[in-house]
Amino acid sequence: MSTQEGRARRPLAAMVGPSVSVLIFLAVWLAVSVGNRTVLPVVNPVLLPTPIEVLQSGIDAARSGDLQRDILASMSRVFQGFLLAAIAAVAMGVAAGTWRPLERLVEPMIEILRPIPPLAFLPMMVLWFGIGEMSKIAFITYAAFFPIFTTTVEGIKHVDPLLIRAASSLGASRTAIFRYVMLPAAMPAIITGLRLGFALSFFVIVAAEFLAADSGLGYLINDARTYFMVSQMLMGAAVIGIIGFIFHVLLRALEARLLRWRSAVRA
Amino acid sequence: MEIVSIAGPVTAISSRPIKISVQGVGMVYRDNVVLAKVDLDLAENSFTCLLGPSGCGKSTLLNMIAGFAKPSYGQILVDGRPVDGPGPERGVVFQEYALFPWRTALGNVAFGPMQKGANKSEQREIAMRYLAKVGLAGHENKYPGNLSGGMKQRVAIARALANDPSVLLMDEPFGALDAQTREVLQEEMLRIWEQDRKTVLFVTHSISEAIFLADRIVVMGTRPGMVKEVVDPGLPHPRERTDPAFIALERHLKHLIRTEVQKLGVT
Repeated sequence: MSTQEGRARRPLAAMVGPSVSVLIFLAVWLAVSVGNRTVLPVVNPVLLPTPIEVLQSGIDAARSGDLQRDILASMSRVFQGFLLAAIAAVAMGVAAGTWRPLERLVEPMIEILRPIPPLAFLPMMVLWFGIGEMSKIAFITYAAFFPIFTTTVEGIKHVDPLLIRAASSLGASRTAIFRYVMLPAAMPAIITGLRLGFALSFFVIVAAEFLAADSGLGYLINDARTYFMVSQMLMGAAVIGIIGFIFHVLLRALEARLLRWRSAVRA
Repeated sequence: MEIVSIAGPVTAISSRPIKISVQGVGMVYRDNVVLAKVDLDLAENSFTCLLGPSGCGKSTLLNMIAGFAKPSYGQILVDGRPVDGPGPERGVVFQEYALFPWRTALGNVAFGPMQKGANKSEQREIAMRYLAKVGLAGHENKYPGNLSGGMKQRVAIARALANDPSVLLMDEPFGALDAQTREVLQEEMLRIWEQDRKTVLFVTHSISEAIFLADRIVVMGTRPGMVKEVVDPGLPHPRERTDPAFIALERHLKHLIRTEVQKLGVT
């Protein structure tokens, strides 16, 4: 508890360490790319742009409005696909976690599909759903479904039976037990699943946009490849990294808020 | 020894009406007789301790009265009606507290009233009153993770009482606490019971705890689990652990239980 309060009270101090680490990374990159041009040429300078060139390409893309358009396109696909996956997976996970016969029916199917990398289905999705938005959203939904479903099932299944006894001896009905005991008890697992699922949707959107898209960050990278604009390719990757990081921080904060009681357990 | 020691149905406290009637109850698990035919009547507002070594079926008997388990044969009547599942008129306090970790102390105690349909302010008012009763005023907003073992068990007792059950079933409630906390809570338990009369069934393996608390001690034997002897301490409250009568009774019970433990062989 005290460390958390300390962290909240001095957010600036807590950011010093990570910032230094990022700065060192950028400095090394700068040194290597500039060195490659001046002192010790190893690769064609076109293949190894400096961080400044990458930044410049980002500024150019933002000026033309392409960058914003691509970010928006990717994020809207991620959100739609993730939302569909979250609804379907939590609902099915809760059903399978509470009702054994359903779990026995569904589990083997899931276990067979799960090890197949979602990317293996991407060309098929394009055939089924066309090259429009549908195929990308369906693909993200498919990819994000598994981690959310499995963690939800586990979370619901591993609710401490003693808590259910306690609730029933306090007069809780079956629906009340589900709402006030099973769901909150499974919430940490469900949130972990949502976080994994979100990371995965973000992960696969770029690949989907490589294959068939006329917008999005994956398209931005693939388009730059066609024109051999290496700094733009790196810029696209960097933007994905930054957005991913921002969402990671936001989701962590949301998790800490929703699961405040858990920090009490750790203290 | 001036110990009233009677086997079978007893008459000492039976001027009061019978609250719980255990009639020929047994429990068989696979080929194992966990509990052989038990007959036991608990008078209204009495404080009964089930005392015995582990494996004597005392928790099994409590669980059957609570409605968590069904007897293999025989029946259990509470207020003349057969037990069919758990119910709010039979409050349960567990050794492992079984608090809802995502609810504050207040939220835990308010759970029963919430199930009964009390509105928010009533829930709060009831919970505050019972938290004060167990000496936890000022701790109402803490999560269980931030409470000591003794405080958790106080919350659990308040939670059970806040539902105003007529029967309180306690399954080794102080078993996980250190010796000091345990004695303090025993005294508090008596104080609460004297203010707020309930029919209490208290499972313990501590002889001195049983003598300190009970109107009636039901000593249970092993292999198979059964009622071995019923003892009414008949000592005035507050009971002094150094009182010769206390010590005499303690010695008598220790002897009884040792024979039962020896039946189990090496432990």
